[in-house]
Amino acid sequence: MSKIPASVDATLDLLTSRGYLAERSLATVVYLSLKMGRPLFLEGEAGVGKTEIAKVLSTALGRKLIRLQCYEGLDVASAVYEWNSAAQMIAIRLAEASGETDREQLSADVFAEKYLIKRPLLQALEPDVAGPPVLLIDELDRADEAFEAYLLEILSDFQVTIPEFGTVKAPQAPIVIVTSNRTREIHDALKRRCLYHWVDYPNAERELAIVKSRVPNIGAKLSQQVVGFVQALREQDLFKVPGVAETIDWATALTELDARSLTPQVVGDTLGALLKYQDDIGRMQGPALDKVIKEAVNDPAA
Amino acid sequence: MPDDIETPAAGLIADNVVGFARALRVAGLPIGPGAVIDALKAMRLIDIGNRADLFTTLKSIFVKRHEHALIFAQAFDLFFRRAEGTESMLDSVPLPPEAQKPPPPASRRVQEAFSQSRNIEGPEIEEKDVQLSVSDREVLQRKDFAQMSAAEIAEVTRAIAQMKLPQAELRTRRFKPDARGQRLDLRRTLRGSLRTGGEIVKFQRLGRIDKPAPIVALLDISGSMTDYTRLFLQFLHAITDARKRVSVFLFGTRLTNVTRALRARDPDEALAACSSSVEDWAGGTRIATSLHNFNNLWGRRVLGQGATVLLISDGLEREADSRLEFEMDRLHRSCRRLIWLNPLLRFEGFEAKAQGIKMMLPHVDEFRPVHNLKSMEGLIAALSSSQPPRRIDSRSAA
Repeated sequence: MSKIPASVDATLDLLTSRGYLAERSLATVVYLSLKMGRPLFLEGEAGVGKTEIAKVLSTALGRKLIRLQCYEGLDVASAVYEWNSAAQMIAIRLAEASGETDREQLSADVFAEKYLIKRPLLQALEPDVAGPPVLLIDELDRADEAFEAYLLEILSDFQVTIPEFGTVKAPQAPIVIVTSNRTREIHDALKRRCLYHWVDYPNAERELAIVKSRVPNIGAKLSQQVVGFVQALREQDLFKVPGVAETIDWATALTELDARSLTPQVVGDTLGALLKYQDDIGRMQGPALDKVIKEAVNDPAA
Repeated sequence: MPDDIETPAAGLIADNVVGFARALRVAGLPIGPGAVIDALKAMRLIDIGNRADLFTTLKSIFVKRHEHALIFAQAFDLFFRRAEGTESMLDSVPLPPEAQKPPPPASRRVQEAFSQSRNIEGPEIEEKDVQLSVSDREVLQRKDFAQMSAAEIAEVTRAIAQMKLPQAELRTRRFKPDARGQRLDLRRTLRGSLRTGGEIVKFQRLGRIDKPAPIVALLDISGSMTDYTRLFLQFLHAITDARKRVSVFLFGTRLTNVTRALRARDPDEALAACSSSVEDWAGGTRIATSLHNFNNLWGRRVLGQGATVLLISDGLEREADSRLEFEMDRLHRSCRRLIWLNPLLRFEGFEAKAQGIKMMLPHVDEFRPVHNLKSMEGLIAALSSSQPPRRIDSRSAA
């Protein structure tokens, strides 16, 4: 278990040491969230590295990563806890067979911790030898509003109330990262309990560093052209512009194909790694594509 | 860890932060006292001589919506203005790029917030008590909104305020206790069995939860729609209030999301909030551009769960070209049902002659008139039917 960093610079170093090249502003909010014990609410377009930050934090600090992927229809039973009804049923039958009649005792036995199936949120409240875990609540905007309200108790007091069992409270607050792609607005009550940060696309310089660190065997010329091209693409009027994750995918694809530099042919063949909408791919063909390539090749990112 | 945080900072810095928070509040950011305490705590953790870190720290606490980031940046710049002499100390690290952009028009709002001299006094409106007889009401039902007197509009407004949208419901994947449900609820069955000493007397069941389908309204507020805009806003406010899954966008030459503004309880307050957030009231129309912006920025956010789209516009677009058709098609494909409400349909023998209307028509599921109370009620009835036909022949429906 590593200690949590003692300053903004230390946080920046910690993230960099694990290959996450963060903006200073992101490192500042991460540091504050660790220090103040507050959840960190990250918003931004898909593929800018919101989820990644939780993964990096957990490995860098040597903590367990508990991930809750949200989806429409996520309910308490699959997010927090559930009773193992089948096992309870067997216990009741066994008690009957052995002639036990004490109802109070039976109820206490049946609703004991061993019949409790712990889902991610409850797991995150448990003490861990490595220190409080990192809890990633991913894409909260996909869950229903009702679930959001349930999170309020967990995120402010770090406790869960189970009617038959009592209240479970975390001895130490877990490190919580909440992400949202803004498919809908999250309620202010929840945001108020968190530190908020908007994660933006990186600038050319940072993106170049990210590509170099994530795709180590890429050539210097190709990496500059790749970043130049992606940055130019983000200026275009597209339905969905590529994120950093797409840049890395594309750079990997190009190195797999042994490309040395960008040509209309090779870009056209691999554009699917960057653009995920047929309309966008259609728009980026022929002269429009040539123009962007020319810009990227002539005017490298550095 | 929170335990090594002592009492919040005191003295001049504390005063500054409190004053800053107050100014932001006037500029429209929702900041509670809790946030101010948080900010003071957080400031003890960082090096406040570092302007960029101070900026990020205060921002992460005071800004909870991305739209507010710009206002915050401007306010920060004004409030923590570099004093001569201290410049070298404060500016050891450059500010993040979003704080360095030149101030756009919004900064007037911030300037005003700082000068604290806003007088919000609207023109006084004389109130008249209007009581209409039953037969008057009959007439009102069919009277065109554009030809109403102020008193009549007041009466219609009252009628609109009472409109409630019955819930057109979609089946979700969540379950709730339901005696006639399909699924066995073992958890509740077992808990119930304890009451009878472990004997299961009754099986508890679960059924699916039904949820109201979202509604997204796109309201044209260009000059040609002036006579109708206010009443439609009243209408949208009435249905927004009743159910929470309504998003409202206004468009003329640009697109504005006014969903939040419309949530205010009082209709007048809501409408005032709307008009203050819109910059192009009663200007020109650029339907294609506005739809393009909607599709790119909001489509995936608000149309996700089988939304019904109400496009309220007269379709009088000057620059009708293939872009309009493309955007309409995209909008149509990304929602469950697209209803076009057009006040021009009030004219008998209306024919879709304008180029823009011709281009939009093939891409709507339904084409309805909205110009009087009667047609609004018809609309409500249509919205509450749970299984709408997709793609009926729009021209014959007109």
